[in-house]
Amino acid sequence: MYMYYGITMVFFTVFWVCHIYIYINNMTLFIFYHVSYQNVTPFLCIIIALHSVEYHVLPCDICIINCILLLQVTVRDALNQAMDEELERDERVFLLGEEVAQYDGAYKVSRGLWKKYGDKRIIDTPITEMGFAGIAVGAAMAGLRPICEFMTFNFSMQAIDQVINSAAKTYYMSAGRQSVPIVFRGPNGASAGVAAQHSQCFAAWYGHCPGLKVVSPWSAEDARGLLKSAIRDDNPVVFLENELMYGVPFEMSEESQSKDFLIPIGKAKIERQGNHITVVSHSRMVSLCLDAAAVLAKEGIECEVINMRTIRPLDAEAIETSVMKTNHLITVEGGWPQFGVGGEILARIMEGPAFNYLDAPAVRVTGVDIPMPYAKILEDNSVPQIKDIIFSVKKTLNA
Amino acid sequence: YVSTYADFTPQATFDIKKCDLHKLEEGPPLQAVLTREEGLQYYRTMQTIRRMELKADQLYKQKIIRGFCHLYDGQEACAVGIETGINLSDHLITAYRAHGYTLTRGGTVREIMAELTGRRGGIAKGKGGSMHMYTKHFYGGNGIVGAQVPLGAGVALACKYLGNNEICVCLYGDGAANQGQIFETYNMASLWKLPCIFICENNKYGMGTSVERAAASTDYYKRGDFIPGLRLDGMDVLCVREATKFAAEHCRSGKGPILMELQTYRYHGHSMSDPGVSYRTREEIQEVRSKSDPISMLKDRMLSNNMASVEELKEIDVEVRKEIEDAAQFATTDPEPPLDDLCNHIFYNDPPMEVRGTNPWTKLKSVS
Repeated sequence: MYMYYGITMVFFTVFWVCHIYIYINNMTLFIFYHVSYQNVTPFLCIIIALHSVEYHVLPCDICIINCILLLQVTVRDALNQAMDEELERDERVFLLGEEVAQYDGAYKVSRGLWKKYGDKRIIDTPITEMGFAGIAVGAAMAGLRPICEFMTFNFSMQAIDQVINSAAKTYYMSAGRQSVPIVFRGPNGASAGVAAQHSQCFAAWYGHCPGLKVVSPWSAEDARGLLKSAIRDDNPVVFLENELMYGVPFEMSEESQSKDFLIPIGKAKIERQGNHITVVSHSRMVSLCLDAAAVLAKEGIECEVINMRTIRPLDAEAIETSVMKTNHLITVEGGWPQFGVGGEILARIMEGPAFNYLDAPAVRVTGVDIPMPYAKILEDNSVPQIKDIIFSVKKTLNA
Repeated sequence: YVSTYADFTPQATFDIKKCDLHKLEEGPPLQAVLTREEGLQYYRTMQTIRRMELKADQLYKQKIIRGFCHLYDGQEACAVGIETGINLSDHLITAYRAHGYTLTRGGTVREIMAELTGRRGGIAKGKGGSMHMYTKHFYGGNGIVGAQVPLGAGVALACKYLGNNEICVCLYGDGAANQGQIFETYNMASLWKLPCIFICENNKYGMGTSVERAAASTDYYKRGDFIPGLRLDGMDVLCVREATKFAAEHCRSGKGPILMELQTYRYHGHSMSDPGVSYRTREEIQEVRSKSDPISMLKDRMLSNNMASVEELKEIDVEVRKEIEDAAQFATTDPEPPLDDLCNHIFYNDPPMEVRGTNPWTKLKSVS
């Protein structure tokens, strides 16, 4: 996927150098490309056709570049589009959180939304997580469909009582009288150089609680489809994003551009087929697993990489089916090892039909069991690296 | 010679105590008009709450009710007075001393008692218990001290958002009044002008801690700072009614939130596990009972103004007693929830799913 991006950049540079005079003379094409980002295809077809006639330029090179660029969407933009479409679709949906409105979002995920929807639907809150999370839950109880953004999930700890005791448990405690259709979203887990208080992964903490759905997207397509599903879900959903993934572009299929493109919560996806070992991961670690798999493939080891997509409810069946095929399992996560996501997966495998198919003990690759340090060398060695995944795969296969 | 209703005064005007005001130019009226019908209705409801709570006390001592049970007797004028100042279409949320509000918000004594005894006929099918009862536009029943206050402001936000001219009454106690999240809520409710009436039911004790020992400032009606406040006698149902009407008008006119402090008293301890006499004297309790009991106060008013007869009120007492007895009978004989219901109501509007039991071989079914 990254190679694709590299080739694109080469073409892009060549294209611009060779055809710069067209753009100086006719800025309309440049403007159209950026302004009509949402509706590029019809516009560009017209422009391409016009330009090829006028300037005797081969349309195919413009087409190639633009086709490649068209379908590359960053995770940030995918989240932005998903929220935009859901805000448009349902009047009751609204977004609140710190800096989500006039600042365009601390990480720019909500860029442009306040301009489009205004104060009523995009609400800047004071720095009072417990208060505004509670307000969001109350609004959900009274019939609205809030999206409550935590600037990072580290701050959700201040509000965790509202997430668990007020949101997650209420439908059960009321025996079905009172539902809470809310989404809590924000970046989760390690970032870069933000140190111990800003780097914790909350997948295990929230994944522990009945009454919550916990989702952890990896790609732009995941982000888009899962966020839409989360917003349309009538239950509390904890949506764990990743700051380091926001700027990463992914290819998006034609189908995924549809306004009703939904990815079901609770279903994992096999990102890469393989026969030798199952590698289960979520969020940013999926990228590392795929990179490790590419390296291992050169040595003849074919990894089946599963992107969990959802932490709770966990798609144990997908993992079991894969393990029954490959006979080996490792899990890869950024969070701490004790009582974590990997621990749960391993326990389920032990308790389920796939245990008898294991040819070696299943193991977990996790973050190091320490608070996150600041110095780059220390931080780099606090989270799994590609070499750690490769090492663990090889150890498991030789065991 | 039996008095017929035609002999009674149809309505009378009563002087009520002036409220202490904070950041308000004027407060609620100093007089309240009470009609005979209203008086009888308030009497009946307050008596129902009183008898229901006393019956719950009995059942708890017989170990038929278990866990937490926070009784409301003594504070009836608050629940009844507030409800008469708002509409059923408005919203209300409170903490765990919630049985009275569950009733005034549309619950029946049967459902409430059956919930306390954990039976399938309970208002939450036996799954919530004393602290988690819900009805339409009544959001519980909340166990975590203070957590209901942001929730209430959220409900008010929804009212404003949907433009339905409804308001939310958001209750908390003197103990909760020091919670940080309440001040966070005051800030946002005021900033965004949410139609929220914050009401502090000050019954002088947060569990075993008196207000003097818990709060640097016991002027709870002023603690909202930039939010206008009223302090009033929470034992006088008419006072509570007029103040609530005043506050509701304030919110509905778009002026933003307002705060009310109701000075009230609970006869029981904090909960059934607290005798309630280690931190206060029996004399104090007795004094409130004899001088300020809300039901007696209303009864005296009505009798001295010939708005009802002693026999009539006694009849209401008998009817209430019967209702409570029937409800208690139901609550003790209704079966417990079926085990099939154990894992239901996890998610709303979801297909049926499997839930892990206590061991890996036990797979339980869960439906919405």
